[in-house]
Amino acid sequence: MENFPQLVPLVVFAPLLGLLINLVLGKYLGERGVGFVAVGAALTALGTALLLWMSLIATGYEPTVVELPLMPNWINIPAAAVDIAWQFRVDTLSVTMMLVVAGVGSLIHFYATGYMHGDPMYPRFFVYLNLFLVFMMLLVTGNNFLVMFVGWEGVGLCSYLLISFWWDKQNRPADPVEAEKYGTLGWRNSIAGRKAFIVNRIGDFGLLLGVFLTFWTFGTLDFYKPGEVPIAPRHEEAAVVEHEAAAAPAEGEGEGGPLAARMGVFNQAELLIEEGADVDFGPFSLPIDVVVTLITLFFLLGVTGKSAQIPLFVWLPDAMAGPTPVSALIHAATMVTAGVYLIVRSNVLFHAAPLSSAVVALVGTFTALVGGFIAMGQWDIKKVLAYSTVSQLGFMVAAAGLGAYAAAMFHLVTHAFFKALLFLGSGVVIHAVEHGHHHAHAHGEHAEEEDVFDPQDMRNMGGLKQRMPVTYITYLVGTLALAGIFPFAGFWSKDEILADALNVGFLEGRLEGYIAFGVLFIAALFTAFYMGRQLFMVFFGEPRTEAARHADEKAYGMQAMTRTLLVLAGGATLVGLINVPRGFWVFDWVIPNHAFTDFLEHTVVYAHAGSAQMLLAILAVAGGLSMIWLAWMIYGKKPVVQGSKDPLEVTPQTKGIFAYANARMYWDETYYRFFEGPFNRAAWWLADKLDWAFLHDFVHETILYETYNGITRLLTRPIDLGLIDGAVNGLARLIQAIAARMRRLQTGYVRVYALSVLLGAVVVVLLMLAPVLSDLLGG
Amino acid sequence: MDSPFPVLSIITLTPVAGALLILLLPRTAKQEARLIAAAATGFSLLLALLVYANYDVAFANSAQSVREMFQFQESTSWVAALGINYHLGVDGISAPMVLLTGLASFAGVLISWGIDDRPREFMAFFLLLVAGVYGVFVAMDLFVLFFFYELAIFPMYLLIATWGWKDLREYASMKLTLYILVGSVIALIGVLAMYFVAGDATGTYSFDMVHMLEVSAMPNSPFDMEIFGIDGLTFARAWFPFIFLGFGVLAGVFPFHNWSPDGHVAAPTAVSMIHAGVLMKLGAYSALRVGVQLLPDGARVHLPWIVFLTLINVVYGAFIAMRQRDFKYVIGFSSVSHMGLVSMGWATMNVFGMTGAGLQMFSHGAMTALFFSCVGMVYDRAHTRDIPSLGGFRKVMPWVAFAFVLGGLVSMGMPGLSGFVAEFPIFMGLWNASPTIALHIGGWSLMNYYAIIAIVGVLGIIVTAAYVLRVVQQVFFGEFDQEHYGHLSDVTVLDKAALAMLSLSLIILGVWPSVMAPMVESGVRPIAQLLLGGV
Repeated sequence: MENFPQLVPLVVFAPLLGLLINLVLGKYLGERGVGFVAVGAALTALGTALLLWMSLIATGYEPTVVELPLMPNWINIPAAAVDIAWQFRVDTLSVTMMLVVAGVGSLIHFYATGYMHGDPMYPRFFVYLNLFLVFMMLLVTGNNFLVMFVGWEGVGLCSYLLISFWWDKQNRPADPVEAEKYGTLGWRNSIAGRKAFIVNRIGDFGLLLGVFLTFWTFGTLDFYKPGEVPIAPRHEEAAVVEHEAAAAPAEGEGEGGPLAARMGVFNQAELLIEEGADVDFGPFSLPIDVVVTLITLFFLLGVTGKSAQIPLFVWLPDAMAGPTPVSALIHAATMVTAGVYLIVRSNVLFHAAPLSSAVVALVGTFTALVGGFIAMGQWDIKKVLAYSTVSQLGFMVAAAGLGAYAAAMFHLVTHAFFKALLFLGSGVVIHAVEHGHHHAHAHGEHAEEEDVFDPQDMRNMGGLKQRMPVTYITYLVGTLALAGIFPFAGFWSKDEILADALNVGFLEGRLEGYIAFGVLFIAALFTAFYMGRQLFMVFFGEPRTEAARHADEKAYGMQAMTRTLLVLAGGATLVGLINVPRGFWVFDWVIPNHAFTDFLEHTVVYAHAGSAQMLLAILAVAGGLSMIWLAWMIYGKKPVVQGSKDPLEVTPQTKGIFAYANARMYWDETYYRFFEGPFNRAAWWLADKLDWAFLHDFVHETILYETYNGITRLLTRPIDLGLIDGAVNGLARLIQAIAARMRRLQTGYVRVYALSVLLGAVVVVLLMLAPVLSDLLGG
Repeated sequence: MDSPFPVLSIITLTPVAGALLILLLPRTAKQEARLIAAAATGFSLLLALLVYANYDVAFANSAQSVREMFQFQESTSWVAALGINYHLGVDGISAPMVLLTGLASFAGVLISWGIDDRPREFMAFFLLLVAGVYGVFVAMDLFVLFFFYELAIFPMYLLIATWGWKDLREYASMKLTLYILVGSVIALIGVLAMYFVAGDATGTYSFDMVHMLEVSAMPNSPFDMEIFGIDGLTFARAWFPFIFLGFGVLAGVFPFHNWSPDGHVAAPTAVSMIHAGVLMKLGAYSALRVGVQLLPDGARVHLPWIVFLTLINVVYGAFIAMRQRDFKYVIGFSSVSHMGLVSMGWATMNVFGMTGAGLQMFSHGAMTALFFSCVGMVYDRAHTRDIPSLGGFRKVMPWVAFAFVLGGLVSMGMPGLSGFVAEFPIFMGLWNASPTIALHIGGWSLMNYYAIIAIVGVLGIIVTAAYVLRVVQQVFFGEFDQEHYGHLSDVTVLDKAALAMLSLSLIILGVWPSVMAPMVESGVRPIAQLLLGGV
């Protein structure tokens, strides 16, 4: 078991091998073969992650650093004391992430074998999906910020490729502004992909600056050096010893010195903050806590990009243009949680920067609110889930900002299960409705259909409960889990976040705690409402279109999909039990308390167990249930108003609010006006005015060219012809020759000319090289 | 370290021999001309690989004297009366450049296979151009350097003027040639001044770089003597900007970049590849070799303001690329932008940043050669480079789409590819240099601004992402015009080989920069020491 951690490169190389096989042989393997390879690769990664997990338990949660065999060095510039290695880290945090990524990832791979059935680019899809696993695993297993950054950028690339997977597909414009911008056919998927990529680049810019500053401050980018143990306040006895051992030889060494060779970023940060050291910036220096605040704020910008927080969340809803398994895997369960992982991984830094933490908490809190609000006004089944993801990521980020790192990770894990479940369920629904649509068309019963049928529009659904029982049941489980209803997974994790926020506010008296608690509670109510709305609109009532009437979950290839749903539904029900708080009813006797938190604590030094707040739990569940009841009253009891109107839309009191949510609070329009527009204008001015009109046409064509011609004329006419004649005028003639002849180059002329120049050049070269050549040949 | 046989001369002269051989062929021997060109560039590439593989980094790192810094040296007197030596050698900076030249030239021949308009002459000129480029990178004598520098420019002129894009070729070839000539003449005057000053002081008139370096490092170097009796104005400080920017013209330093996009657009594909891929590096390389290395004191004074020009290059080039409708202009301006990073790396004056710049020269060279070959392949088939009227080419040319996306990822600094391992050290180098560098103008001084430059530079990379994705999305994705382009054929096997070769080098360098970084580092360390810069 001690040697198991050495297997960790396998989580990266198994999917890599899988994608290479499918890349080369995909054409010949057929759908079954391709699916087998891809799912097999994902399962291999999962098996490896499980082995690592077992070895962690067996070895007392000892973290291990593993170097990539054969080529450990990556960026290595000894003279500049830069040594960034391909190192993997096996500790409880990375193994948790590996299990989530590989676990949910394998299921989604399996699901996709059915979902993508019949797609002409079937092998390519699985190549991308495996590539995503490669980068995601690099992200979560890298032992330094730069390897993590490789994964960070790589998953962004895969996200781009997969959003644009059906690049040709048009999306009907949702509102007049879009219609004006993209035409009536709407934007293509590849535009959504581009948007995601560029918005993420803005976040990555922040992350990269944070990495620069980290390197400058600590002289290394490794989280911990091999064999190094986190200095942790909570493991008191051990910490003192470690601390002394580490600190003693460091006396008199500045940062960037040998300390950097022995100590990773986080332990150095602990030491330096304790010493109150200053960081030297040449002409000035800053106290270490200011620098750490800056670093963490830069990181936060990266988090807002990748984890879709205010202000950079706008890319995520558009990313739903990708195939649904992609939405489930990348844009719900794994990639978008990378920001949360980053904060939790850097908990030492965030802990030392209360200001950044407060900002993180508020950003997360308001993202949760905004996401939840917009989700209530969407028609597209996947858009609702997308904004829901934004909102839930907000919960995680807020928890991380409040110092509740365990709660954040816990919610990350549970969310991965139930949100993947919901997305995959929506995929089955979309598939079935689309199928029903074709079916209805085949029978010529398409009287009420529009020309362009949108299988994702919830107004085209309704009454799917009877025709799709498995999907319905599992979707119901997902909904209850997301809404935080006891005893489903979401209940445990969301409740822990709320309880932690309450503690931070009332016990520690921090303002952001009060705000977070109040706002997150409202966001939780929103969650229950929009999920109820979705559930009732999709599965209840009467089918509103022919397509919905013919929807069917038993078509070919859909068994893989519904089976996956069942497994995930099991997960969404049970996974919350890994971290049951102490003092919670019968659970105290049945299962260990805080198992997950205890597991994480070995790595996340500032993680702490949440406390059970029975009253709060009851309040939250009651709130959630009442919101679902409210949704039932509005959307379930009476059928949704026909003619594409929401009941809230036709009620005068709620009309304005609904429209605001439906228009996504005008975030995109605002960004277009304030950022995209000015950016385009700046590019236009620089390119067309400054570079072309001024530099090219004026400076070059007018000033340089005319002056040159002027001189030529002067030299030609009065001087050359008038005064000097014949041999003395080499320069003038040369210029004359170039100026006059070259401009009138004719093809026929050039041929002769070119050849003569070539011959001339060769002869000159030979003449000049003759002595050398003879020397070389002779010697 | 001397080599058992004159490998650098053979690398340089093989293309010349190829050109001569091609000229002896009858007019109709098109295929033979292509084969000879491929053989000549391929042979040079193999030897370049040999040189690269046998370059002894450990030996370079332990070099005791100036002479030992260079390997594979060959030296023989050429024009003794003037102190001109035919002296060749490579160090850690130029060895990768020799390899790059080999790669780009061989790939260039492969993708030029389809040229049917006088391929004999085309290939002959092309080989001559390649020989000139090799020559500059291996030259250790300033006269030899200039000789090859000019030798590269003339075939370039003819290649563009004859085989270039009809609408622009005469104008662009003229513009390009004049700009570069003027720049090199300015630099040449500076070098001649160095020659005389050094000669007057030591009694030995020689263009040999080793001699010049020794003179430069003397305790009372004539280069550090005050001139014109102005306080603080030394020979080095007076001449450095002329030499650096004179060569910088070829590297596209703002505001002397104007020739470059026009030149790239007008040139035939293979020439664009060599031009943007390798020739622009001649400028950056010579600016370092002649300017920074021989006049370090001037560099210390002037690079702190020249860095602003390079920053303009990076950001401004990216913005302008964003606006172009012509596919090839986008890439042309992207070269302007990316070459700014190289000069920016020199301006860090520390090992970190300069190593990055060295890697960026290779990375950008291979990347932009890849870009131009992609553009060329699209243009050859679609007969237009107008971005809005192209679209969906992924369908007909999957290889090209893949290669272009890869090049795009390199250019926007995707980690794991070569662009990142080059850009990351450059920006870190700027960041590290920040506390030590100050700009003094009169009584006014600017401190600690390199960090700001790094930040703005990184922002420029976001703009890069914007324009690259715009092109990718429009040309390779986007709506496919079945009527116009439905009949287009995929690229040939040779094209694919060229694309694969260049793509692979980008990936290998990105995942495993240790194959090059230590070598570059061994080359820049002595220069950084001259500059008294830290790491």
